[in-house]
Amino acid sequence: MKRFAELIQQLETSNKTNDKIAALVDYFNEADDLDKPYVIAMFTGKRPKRPVSTALIKLWAIELCGLPEWLFTESYHNVGDLSETIALILPPPVQVSNRKLHEWIKDLALLNGQDDSYKKAFIVNAWNSLETRERFIFNKLISGNFRIGVSNKMLVNALAKQSTTESSKIMHSIMGKWEPSAITYTDLIAGVHVNTDNSWPYPFCLAYALESEPASLGEPKEWQAEWKWDGIRGQIIKRNGELFIWSRGEELVTDQFPELHFMANELPDGTVLDGEILSVKEGKVQAFSILQQRLNRKTINKSQLNDAPIGFYTYDLLEHNGRDLREEPLATRRKLLEQTIQQLQTRDIVTLSPIVTFSDWTSLATLREGSRELNSEGIMLKKLDSLYHSGRKRGDWWKWKINPYTVDTVMIYAQKGSGRRANFYTDYTFAVRDGDKLITVAKAYSGLTDAEIKEVDNFVKKNAVEKFGPVRTVKPELVFEIAFEGIAESKRHKAGLALRFPRIARWRKDKKADEINTLDDLRQLLQSTL
Amino acid sequence: MALIRFTSKGIYCKQGDFYIDPWKPVNYAVTTHGHADHVKWGNKAYLCHELTKSILNHRLGADLNIQTLPYYKQITINGVNLSLFPAGHVIGSAQIRLEYKGEICVISGDYKVEYDGISTPFEPVKCHTFVSESTFGLPIYKWQPQEEIFDQIKDWVSGNRDKNKTSVLTAYSLGKAQRLIKGLDGYGDIYVHSAIANLNEGFIQAGVDLPETIRITPETKKDDLQKGIVIVPPALSDSKWIKSLTNPATAVCSGWMQVRAGRRWQSADAGFALSDHADWPGLLSAIKATEAEKVFITHGFTATFSKYLNEIGIEAEEVKTQYGNEEEEEEKS
Repeated sequence: MKRFAELIQQLETSNKTNDKIAALVDYFNEADDLDKPYVIAMFTGKRPKRPVSTALIKLWAIELCGLPEWLFTESYHNVGDLSETIALILPPPVQVSNRKLHEWIKDLALLNGQDDSYKKAFIVNAWNSLETRERFIFNKLISGNFRIGVSNKMLVNALAKQSTTESSKIMHSIMGKWEPSAITYTDLIAGVHVNTDNSWPYPFCLAYALESEPASLGEPKEWQAEWKWDGIRGQIIKRNGELFIWSRGEELVTDQFPELHFMANELPDGTVLDGEILSVKEGKVQAFSILQQRLNRKTINKSQLNDAPIGFYTYDLLEHNGRDLREEPLATRRKLLEQTIQQLQTRDIVTLSPIVTFSDWTSLATLREGSRELNSEGIMLKKLDSLYHSGRKRGDWWKWKINPYTVDTVMIYAQKGSGRRANFYTDYTFAVRDGDKLITVAKAYSGLTDAEIKEVDNFVKKNAVEKFGPVRTVKPELVFEIAFEGIAESKRHKAGLALRFPRIARWRKDKKADEINTLDDLRQLLQSTL
Repeated sequence: MALIRFTSKGIYCKQGDFYIDPWKPVNYAVTTHGHADHVKWGNKAYLCHELTKSILNHRLGADLNIQTLPYYKQITINGVNLSLFPAGHVIGSAQIRLEYKGEICVISGDYKVEYDGISTPFEPVKCHTFVSESTFGLPIYKWQPQEEIFDQIKDWVSGNRDKNKTSVLTAYSLGKAQRLIKGLDGYGDIYVHSAIANLNEGFIQAGVDLPETIRITPETKKDDLQKGIVIVPPALSDSKWIKSLTNPATAVCSGWMQVRAGRRWQSADAGFALSDHADWPGLLSAIKATEAEKVFITHGFTATFSKYLNEIGIEAEEVKTQYGNEEEEEEKS
């Protein structure tokens, strides 16, 4: 446990990726071999069954620290993390423990099925044996939710470096099915439980945002236009009978999308597709917020499968009959892609992302205006003779996104953020004018710089009307321009309408609260989109 | 009649006709300590501890009308007895004790109860009315003993040296900087920004025993800085100058670093919870030791802390002041 606590400390005392990787490499060189698979499981989100509920943990912590519940809650709002609040608020330990990380994890698993008084005795004894740093880790072991700024990719890079193994093999290996109690570190790294020869992906080709008019790109006939989809970029690989789905973040996400598993039978071996994972219902692409219900879940229930069915809109072919196609021009790759998709038996789940035909840039601009109806973010422009580059290369692929809607609002509530932002008021609620009243239309969390957040935070602290609980009512003075992607009728909202993906576009320091938009302005916009 | 009242200009003693740490210009300002949120420019006269004078001259100008007092010596202003007691916050920081017709009131300014090795240690003063800060008035703020924190800082510095990195600590030029200089004495050459060097010179002239430091000038060699320890005020964090150093590794030393969110918020690499304010147990023990009948809670977690005090049987009331912005007021020079 102490070596692991030291690792967490090291990870937190640098914000440079290389330092973090070095700390992880040192850890995997030095740590107890039995601890290592557990640490990998923890960092990749493999959660054991939770042995004790949050409510009980909180109750016992309040009892042990001898403070009123409201004060504990107030403290929690300022820390933004329950495990950490408990670690900080408890009295100092009365004994020392040298138990190892895997021993703690195994003992916690054994609590399942025991009665509450047994669990309580174990937990309280542990708290009394661990210092603040270790307590925090112990609490995280209970919740199983341990996010400390180590991405899967960072972990994989560290393991690759430590074991001098190729990183895509390690990614495949740790994303596979394994139990930390049943596998050794060496076997896990070697991937004895999976076949890592088949899964490796290609680096994605990325596009730049088009900032000038498309006419600057030259002749329309040299370009292919597609809709730009708002989903998860994905690569689908079929080799030697096995299917793999990689996301843009270089994570293996095969298990998350069972709808796509039919391709294991239908795609020929040696095929790699590039495209967008979307939620598609009755032939229509659904909003990203619907797709989101399906992301990063360990299990998927029936209603999620029903509400957010997955489709894959493919727009490129990177490998065909085992041959790397990336040096072929787009036009050639597209032809082979069309043939490949035509040969699929199952229809409508994996489909070609359609080509938008246009004769001149003006008519394409008109078509682009209709992007929203298709839940598309705009147009992708790809040069017909472009190769499939690794990463971003200026000139061949462009994204030409539509502009969002905007509305000027005033901030009326503020709430402290969580995680990194727990010390600051970062979550705001915005209102427009309705006669002489203010009516809430959006909540937004992002879009300001750190310096601006500090400035707003200062304003909130000086102008808060109510003092307790996490939410502060503030003087309606600060005006913000909110950008959003769409507007819909809503019975659940007081305003009678709801904005899609609202976020702060900018702080309008030049405007006063009486210059903001009205509810009528939004109603008119709503009517115009119906 | 109460001995103090909270006005729009600051804490006012009507009987004595003076203000304590006013934030708007007045005729007579009694000053607890030299941080910018407690002492402003424009007062006709100042009263402060002997060691605070050089700070006021340095920060507000040389031609101020300043009267000084040592700790414990009593003077009488318009019939009010006034004396200073150590607050342990920074060098020269004082609690103001007022006594009038048997009624005693103590205004503590900012304080901490742990001895930092350099400021005269905090001393509780019995009184009827006590004015306390509550910067860290939540039970999550319990400081580790400073030796342990200094060990962590030293480990961090030696790790940086091994990796050919330059250790850069950001700390308030008044208080935290001197505390670091003392705590890291003998652990390598300490290079300080001129804002800190200027204050140090004032202290040394006034007889404070400060370890030797080296003022950073344009001629200072990057190689020497890499082998030593660099201390700069918070205004310089993220500056081009820091980026120009050899592999800079930065650390913030502040009580806010107790919480991970506080550490991650900073763009610094490391955070050490070293504070010049009392922690939760410190605030409670200090308040109890005064045996005050009434406690006023100024800047910090005022609402939460005063609610808790009332629940444990100490009559407390929160008051709005303009204290508590040390960091933002730190000069950028």
